[in-house]
Parts: sequence; structure tokens; C-alpha cells
Amino acid sequence: MQKRREIMSIVQQLKEDKLAVTGAIIILSLMIIAILAPHITPYDPVELDLENRLTSPDRNHLMGTDNLGRDVLSRIICGARVSLGMATVVVVIVMLLGLAMGTTAGYFGGVIDGIIMRLVDVLLAFPNIILALVIAGILGPSLTNVMIALGAIWWVSYARIIRGSVLSVKEKEFVEAARAMGCTDTYIAIRHILPNVLSPVIVLATLDMGHIILSIAALSFLGLGAQPPIPEWGTMLNEGRPFMETAPHLMIFPGLMIMLAVLAFNFVGDGLRDALDPRMKEGTIK
Amino acid sequence: MTLLSIQNLKAHFHTEDGAVRAVNGVDLDIEEGEKLGLIGETGCGKTVLGLAILRLLSENTTVEGRILYKGQDLLTMSDHEIRKIRGKEVAMIFQNPLSSMNPVLTVGTQVAEPVELHQHLKKQDAMQKVIGMLKSVKIPLPQERVKEYPHEFSGGMRQRAMIAMGLICIPSLIIADEPTTGLDVTIQAQIIELMKEVLRDSGTSMLLITHDLAVAAELCDNIAVMYPGEIVEYASVRDLFKYPKHPYTRGFLNSLPARGLKQMVGTSPSLINLPAGCKFHPRCTFATERCRKERPELIKVGKKHYVRCFLYD
Repeated sequence: MQKRREIMSIVQQLKEDKLAVTGAIIILSLMIIAILAPHITPYDPVELDLENRLTSPDRNHLMGTDNLGRDVLSRIICGARVSLGMATVVVVIVMLLGLAMGTTAGYFGGVIDGIIMRLVDVLLAFPNIILALVIAGILGPSLTNVMIALGAIWWVSYARIIRGSVLSVKEKEFVEAARAMGCTDTYIAIRHILPNVLSPVIVLATLDMGHIILSIAALSFLGLGAQPPIPEWGTMLNEGRPFMETAPHLMIFPGLMIMLAVLAFNFVGDGLRDALDPRMKEGTIK
Repeated sequence: MTLLSIQNLKAHFHTEDGAVRAVNGVDLDIEEGEKLGLIGETGCGKTVLGLAILRLLSENTTVEGRILYKGQDLLTMSDHEIRKIRGKEVAMIFQNPLSSMNPVLTVGTQVAEPVELHQHLKKQDAMQKVIGMLKSVKIPLPQERVKEYPHEFSGGMRQRAMIAMGLICIPSLIIADEPTTGLDVTIQAQIIELMKEVLRDSGTSMLLITHDLAVAAELCDNIAVMYPGEIVEYASVRDLFKYPKHPYTRGFLNSLPARGLKQMVGTSPSLINLPAGCKFHPRCTFATERCRKERPELIKVGKKHYVRCFLYD
């Protein structure tokens, strides 16, 4: 009951944040589109129609057709499914990995902490996208491999934030009280410490949805992610590149969609951060 | 029968400035059903002693001596064995009831934890037990309040919940570390009354750690006075208040508002640089050459009345 009350108050605060509401509406519509994708596409997204190649947007094809005559709108709709679905999977992997590693490092400390945090430092020293490129390159181009690559490198910032919070929470008296009660270390870490460090992670995860969509699109654009004919926004950008001058709509629409999705997640993430932590309202980021 | 026997207990922390000698050779026995008060100024090692009993001190602490609980040495037990003692046999009530409860779990969940851990009851049975326990610590509408979070409880209610959590497994000994500090006086009185009642009903022994003489006098049978790391006087409540022997105890008693609020000269010594001989000699008006050189032993001055001072040698 209390939980519901708390969630309601967060929702209430989010409602007053116009950007967050806009973001939430965009995300919700994208999600509905993604779920209903196979039923609402006007054409089959992979069906070729060589008679109508590279047509500009018109009444029959609202976003035009590509170089093989496939309907761009249908491909964008199906792309939402791929992009959002993949990003969600990656965020979940990253959160679980980050929570496990961060809590272990922070709670047990010592050598374990040293090893995990040095690994984190090494991974943080390289730009995410470059490491992901290397891993995805080694594993070979495919959607699954892109998810693995992003998951394998993205957890580090989560592990850091979680470790920091765990370090401060584990000194609290209730942890000592739990020990005095006879709880084991693992139990304390999971039952008492984890719930206390979750809120910054949720904010980070929402903000990161945008970044991950962007990274997936980037890797796909570079040819490492979704392989044709799978409709994915990044792949579509890549396919449209040779026709940029004659048929700019091939790049404009997927580009717009990526921008829209990333913006929406950032708006909601910012709003959520403000709602969960009132001290952060004055613009300081992370 | 002796429930807990602390023998020559030493607890030292190792810091950059040297060893902090918080507990230096404490001997204490707690009988079954006995309520023993441990009083002393801030920083005299009372809390460290309490934590040492359940081995809750951090790993950089050296603890020496023996702590026999029903004949078993708690200090040499395996981690698994000590966990079975914690909460089930020896429970602890902490000083600050707000920070001792997890803000994100409901009070019911937290009070139920010891039962779930030690008695392996199902969630519903445990919750039933919790409601009964909360009722016995006089929390109104317990079936509603188990679903609330610690911040929705007032200070006194929270302390009641903490007491319920400590007593729910019916431990043989409860270590209460300043259970009434931070509560206002009327609530303090209620909590003391409540503790008296629940301890009487369950027959649980108690080690009460406090700097509040009035609370100790109200709740305890015997009192041990601690001064940097050692017991300087041990007596029944009556003897201690009527015939305090140790100069420190006298000073302590005279500093009570009811007895004229007389200030004791000086402050308790740093635990890193303890004075040689009697630890109290720099502040003692009766100090002699002998006090500066020799450490006095506990001297028996009456039936169950011991004092660590050369004046009674």
C-alpha cells in the first residue's frame, strides 16, 4: 500500500514535468507501435517492389520507398520493434550485471573489490562504442552479438555507481542490526542493501535506454548489427547512404526516429531523476 | 546459573595513531534472569564490549579473552555457529531506532526476519507471530501497522518495534545499547516500564549499556561501572547508590542533577594513551604515588560489591 502511495507521488511529480510527460507519451506510442507492428504496417517490410523504387513520399507510400521498392514506413514501424526490444534486453543485462558486480565489490571489499574495480577502470578508459565495435567485430555481425558486446561493456558505470552507494549503505546501523540478528552476508547484501541502492540505477537505466538505442543504431550503421533485410533504423540509415542526394527521405525518416526515441528516453530519465532525488533539481547531471 | 561469563576480555582496534585499547581485561558474569547495567561515560568502551559479545566488531579488531555463553566460547565458534546464537540466543537492541531499521522494508517484514531466519516459519505464520509480538509491546492496531514503513512510526513506536524484534525469538540474553537515548522523557518512562514487563514475562537476562544512571537504577539488579576499558566498581543497585566506593563512581553520582550537578574534573583519557597505574589517577583527588605506578585489582568490599581502588586495600 505504502509502495503504491510512493509510486503515486513520483507519478504526480512526473506529471508536472512537461518534458517528461512528452517523453513518456512518445515512448508509450513507440511501444504500442512496436507491439502492434505486424498488424499495422501498410506493406510487408521486406517485400520488394521493383516497379516503385526510390519513390518520394506520396499518398501510397507515406514515407516513400527505398532502392528495392520496400515501403519505408513499414520498415520504420518494424524497426521500432527491433530497436526498442534490443535496447530493453541490453539494459536488463547491464543492470543485472552491474548490480551483481557493484554489490559484490562494495559489500565484500578487499581483493574482490580491487579486481572488479580495476576491470571497471580498464573498461572505462576506452570509449564504449570502440570497445563494442571490437567485441562485435570479433564475434561477427549479428543482432545477438551486438547485444552481447554492449552488455559486456556497458555494466561498468552501473557497477561504479552501485558500489559507491553500497559502500555508504553498508555502514548504516540497520546493516549491523541485521548482522546482530544472525543474517548471512549474502542475505544482507540482497535483502537489506540492494533495495536501498536501486533508485539511482533506475534513473541511469532510463537515461541509458536512449544511449543504447543510439549505440545499436551506430553499430548497425557500421554493418555490425542487424543484417539486411531485417529492418533496423541504423541499418536503414546505412542502406540509404548511397542515395542520400537523390532520395534523402531514406535517411531522414530513420534518423528522425532515432532522435525521437533517444530524446524521449532522456526526457523521462531527467524527469525521473528529479522526482526521485529533489536535491538534483538544479541541473547537475550524474 | 551463569548464563554469560566474560573472562579477561580485551578488544583493541589498530589505527594509524596506534592501538586503541577500548576494552582492557573485563571480567563479568551474568546470571540467568539477571539484569546487569553497564554504565560509564561516552567512549569508555561500553558499546565495544556489547558488540564484542556477539562478535560484531570490524575485522581489524583484536579480541582476546573468553566469552562463555552456556559454557561455549563465543569467540572461538565458527561463523555458522555464531549466527545461530545471534538473534536467537542473544539479541541486541540498538541505540538509534530510526537508523537501526531499514527504511525500504516494512516494519512487519523486519520484525519477522529473526523468526524466519531461526525458526523457519512460513511467511504467514511469522506475520501472525509478529502481530502478537507487536501487541505485547503495546503497539496499537498491530495488524495495520505491520504494513507500514519505519518512517511512519514515531520514535517511541520504533523503539517498541525494535524491542519486539529483539524479543521475538525469546532469547536468553538481550544486549540493550542505550535503548532510551534519543527518546523524550515521557516516552523513556514508557519504554522502561515496557522493558521491565516484557523481561519479567519472558525471564530474559539483560545487559543494559547506558550512561543514564536513572535508567540503570530502574531496570537493573546489579551495576558495573566502566572507566576506560575496565570495570572499576561492581555492586547491586542499592549498594552502588547508597555506598559508592570508587572515587569515580562517587564523582559520577555527584554529577547527577539531583545531587548537586557537581562537575568532575578533567575528561576521560584517550584510549590510545591510557595512563599507567590506575586509569583514574589523573582525575582522582585521593591519588597517591602508588596509584601512578600500580594497577589496582578488583577488591571485595562487601557481599557482591567489588571496587578497583587502593583506598580499600
